[in-house]
Amino acid sequence: MINTSSSLVQIGNLQKSFPAPDGARHRVVDVAEFSLAAGAQLAMAGESGSGKTTFLNLIAGILKPDAGVIRFNDSVISEFSEPQRDRFRAQNIGYIFQTFNLLQGYTCLENVLLGMSFGHGADPVFAENLLQRVGLGDRLHHRPAQLSTGQQQRVAVARALANRPKLVLADEPTGNLDRKNSRAALALIREACRETGAALLLVSHDAEVLGQFADTQDFSKINQAAVAEAVA
Amino acid sequence: MNIFGIIVRSLRQHALSTAVTAASVALAGGLLLTVWVVKTQSQAAFTGVNAGFDAVLGARGSKLQLVLNSIFDLEASPGNVAWQDVLDIQNNPAVELTVPIAVGDNYHGWRIVGTTPDLFLKNEYAPGKSFELRPGGNWFDPARRSAVVGSFVAEKMKLKVGDKFHPFHGLVFDEQKQHAETYVVVGVLQPSNTPADRVIWIPLEGVQRMSGHSPDAGTEVSAVLVKLKAGSALAGFQLDTFYNKQGTRLTFAWPIGRVIAELFDKIGWFDRVLTLVAWLVALVATSSILASIYNSMSERRRELAILRALGAHRATVFLTIVLEAAAISALGVVAGFGIYAALISAVSQIIRAQTGVVLEPFTFNPVMLWEPAAFIALGALAGIIPAIKAYRTDVAQNLTPQS
Repeated sequence: MINTSSSLVQIGNLQKSFPAPDGARHRVVDVAEFSLAAGAQLAMAGESGSGKTTFLNLIAGILKPDAGVIRFNDSVISEFSEPQRDRFRAQNIGYIFQTFNLLQGYTCLENVLLGMSFGHGADPVFAENLLQRVGLGDRLHHRPAQLSTGQQQRVAVARALANRPKLVLADEPTGNLDRKNSRAALALIREACRETGAALLLVSHDAEVLGQFADTQDFSKINQAAVAEAVA
Repeated sequence: MNIFGIIVRSLRQHALSTAVTAASVALAGGLLLTVWVVKTQSQAAFTGVNAGFDAVLGARGSKLQLVLNSIFDLEASPGNVAWQDVLDIQNNPAVELTVPIAVGDNYHGWRIVGTTPDLFLKNEYAPGKSFELRPGGNWFDPARRSAVVGSFVAEKMKLKVGDKFHPFHGLVFDEQKQHAETYVVVGVLQPSNTPADRVIWIPLEGVQRMSGHSPDAGTEVSAVLVKLKAGSALAGFQLDTFYNKQGTRLTFAWPIGRVIAELFDKIGWFDRVLTLVAWLVALVATSSILASIYNSMSERRRELAILRALGAHRATVFLTIVLEAAAISALGVVAGFGIYAALISAVSQIIRAQTGVVLEPFTFNPVMLWEPAAFIALGALAGIIPAIKAYRTDVAQNLTPQS
């Protein structure tokens, strides 16, 4: 039984800005408070350019915040060094991208194993099971280019779950799929997360995707940077 | 899938540029190995060849020419030595053995040398090694027009016991200058891997009295090979002083190894130029590693960003690129041994055909250890610049477009 009441991710006063071409710093993320319970599934709405990818990258530890705290269970990952964040990400967070980001020179199985190798170590049996779970048991040794876009996204789902993560981040995971594949991929992601007990934080601007979640938030409302820009 | 798996996969993905770059490293490596081994082996082989003698007495002139002519059967004779001088050195109490030789004829370009049976019967051309005949052969009879043929000449000219031939005048083959005398092959030498393999040996008097030779030739020889008694190193100094410093007619080339070593000292610049060229080729090859990996970095940025997003540290990515460059170099080094084998075989054949000296290119030489190490280190060094580029790859920027 998953305890959804305990917070997996807690964020406070998180800020991130990037240098603009004119030399000034452009604030992209300014989130005063955010939390996600363990095992929860939250969909976050947000238009393109609203800073939601940056927000996910901050949670994943790919980016270091300028200010604020990101707490993951008992770990304050915003204070981690980059190598610590890399290790933490590999072991605790699965990431599904809109563009799948599969390595083209590797087979499906190798893509999943590669995900494992930076985390808890390669486990070929579990990797095969994952691919079978996403319906690609007969495509283990195919390369991404030999698969349909829907199949490629399923490999990406398997890879994201490879290290038995506590949190799966999904950035517009259905953005490159047609309606049918979009539904199937979304169902798969949600089901797989439920089965493994991983929390899911999904961002999308697709109303149909968002409509399938009981729990949704509008990112532009919690991101003060977007609010400020809108006011200006 | 570990870091080595990633490297192997990357090399396969960029198979063409890997192959081309590794080939250029192989060429440089093969060239460097060949130059180095030929240099060290030929120096050791040439300075080690003395046909079992300590010195050569010849006409006044260059010691090097004297040694090349009488020991290596190369070059022309610097002049003749009177028979009385042969007797004088023969009777010196410090001398154990003297063998006079006379040159001036050839058979289709192969040198004919007149000598005495002592060369074969009383002399060891190397410690514990005496000349031997192939089964069915005999040493020549000094009173007859008979010949013992070196193994290499016998093989090239297809000469065997019982065959007859006419010598030709001079050291260079000219079919118009055939001597009237007919010689019979009475023996073929077993291979000795010395210059003797490239010579047709006949009695000393045969050359001295060959039709058309100067009447003086009958009382002169081209040189005298001299073996000093054991423990008489001082005698070498004394004879050196006697013939070279006090005398003016003759040259005493002693010790033979030092004369050849001086030759290598003189042509040392040539070795250095060849070595420099090989290192420059190595530099170009490693630069090509740098260029090929560096140029591929743009297309690999996304791949590197994905690896980083999956949890690979910057240092892992850096190391992957450095090791990939080293791996290309290592592949080149391995292939370089193949190129070395081909080059050295050809060079050894040429040296053997031209001088009779046999190199042993496949025996261990320290260059076979330090050359691979140096090339792999150079390769790794070449990987550092693209590795820095990989290290600096911005994950977020290269992973997905900012939203």
